[in-house]
Amino acid sequence: MSSILKPVEAVGWAGIVAAKAVANFPSVLCRRTGREDLFRQLYATGIRTLPVVTVVSLFMGMILALQVGLELARFNQETLLGAAVMMTLLREMGAFCCGICLAACVGSAIAAELGTMKVNEEIDALVILRIPPMRFLAAPRILALILMAPVLAFYCCIIGAVGGGFVGATQFNVDFQQYMSGAFVMSEAKDLYVGILKATVFGFLVGVISVAEGLGTTRGATGVGKSTQRAVIVSFLAILISGYMVTRLFY
Amino acid sequence: MAEKMIEFRNVVKRFGEAAVLDGLTFDVEKGEILAVVGPSGTGKSVTLKHIVGLLEPDAGEVTVATDRIGYLFQSGALLAWKTVWENVALPLVETTRLKAGEIDRRVAAALAAVGLADDAAKYPAEISGGMQKRAGLARAIVCEAEVILYDEPTSGLDPVTSAQITRLIRDVNRTRGVTSVVVTHDLGSAFRIASRILLVKDGRAIVCLTPDEFRRSENPEARAFLAAAEGEGL
Repeated sequence: MSSILKPVEAVGWAGIVAAKAVANFPSVLCRRTGREDLFRQLYATGIRTLPVVTVVSLFMGMILALQVGLELARFNQETLLGAAVMMTLLREMGAFCCGICLAACVGSAIAAELGTMKVNEEIDALVILRIPPMRFLAAPRILALILMAPVLAFYCCIIGAVGGGFVGATQFNVDFQQYMSGAFVMSEAKDLYVGILKATVFGFLVGVISVAEGLGTTRGATGVGKSTQRAVIVSFLAILISGYMVTRLFY
Repeated sequence: MAEKMIEFRNVVKRFGEAAVLDGLTFDVEKGEILAVVGPSGTGKSVTLKHIVGLLEPDAGEVTVATDRIGYLFQSGALLAWKTVWENVALPLVETTRLKAGEIDRRVAAALAAVGLADDAAKYPAEISGGMQKRAGLARAIVCEAEVILYDEPTSGLDPVTSAQITRLIRDVNRTRGVTSVVVTHDLGSAFRIASRILLVKDGRAIVCLTPDEFRRSENPEARAFLAAAEGEGL
């Protein structure tokens, strides 16, 4: 019975975290150190993950171009390489790469940090000082992920497209300019908007899951390890499932 | 009759099947230092968490006459990414509309009171365990708490630092009229500063006596606890 109830309980707890954090978003901008906290989180979310995001999206674009290019070459349609790579990046892979990087780099760090604070009684200390952890800790972290995820997803698309262009030029003799013009001509604004929306949803989910796991930590250092692991696994699953649902909604 | 700041009436708290508090009854008068002693796992820290509202009793009643309560955790529970100054200022910055100048004045006074004026710019990881506890105490007094709860304030400290913290608890009590509840295993420290000593065992109050009465008590549990402590060099 408890094995059935546990996931339900976890979803319920994540729902509470989401509702309370969203309700506290205005306070992030209003309270005295709120903006400072938000900028610190934006830096941790955006700037610190940039090297990983760059490498992942560059190679994602290169792999995409290589696989798609091989198939297109069979029909002498290499000129469509730019369009195929860009469309895939905008619709799916840009947001997906960004979500996975955020879950692995930022979500795990949030879960570990909040989990350590929980077992060190720092969260209890905040409650006693009448500083709500949802306002002080959860809201700036989740808001930073929501704001930064679309920016990173767009960045992933650009870097991925450049990587694809490099493969096109070096392996399929597709001129880079031709590749890029194909990429921009065939892509629709809708592809970009849906990708951005997906990234926003991924950012929100990674934030809520990581904060919920961190604040729900029990049982010392082992508990921190388990929370961090669960935060990453559940975030990956949430990214895949919600990614499909958003795609289904728009296409 | 002295004003009561904290009252426990037949408080019961269970974790699963185990009753950690099993009808605990005691009270704390305004301005006194109550030392709570007893074997490990008898519900001493759980008692503090009931006073501050982190836990709710399953049965019985906990009454606290004020909501201005400070809590000194075993670890100090300082935020790692903030300096000592920022940690002490945190409750004022986050929960009051005081002007920056007033906050600075109060933080400086609190840090001076605990002897940390020169270490304000350091991060918790850069100071010793004893200094972290003193910073935690500064954070408790900066809010002008009427009641301060101490959870094992001297555990893990060398004798000199331990005596320093014990003196601080007494000074804060005397100079600010703060009511204090000190959960401790350090019976020597309890005898030095406590107005009364509450012995808790199996979630119940065994005796609650002044230090002199405690030493002379014929209660077998008190005698056994005292003998064990003396055996450890008290």
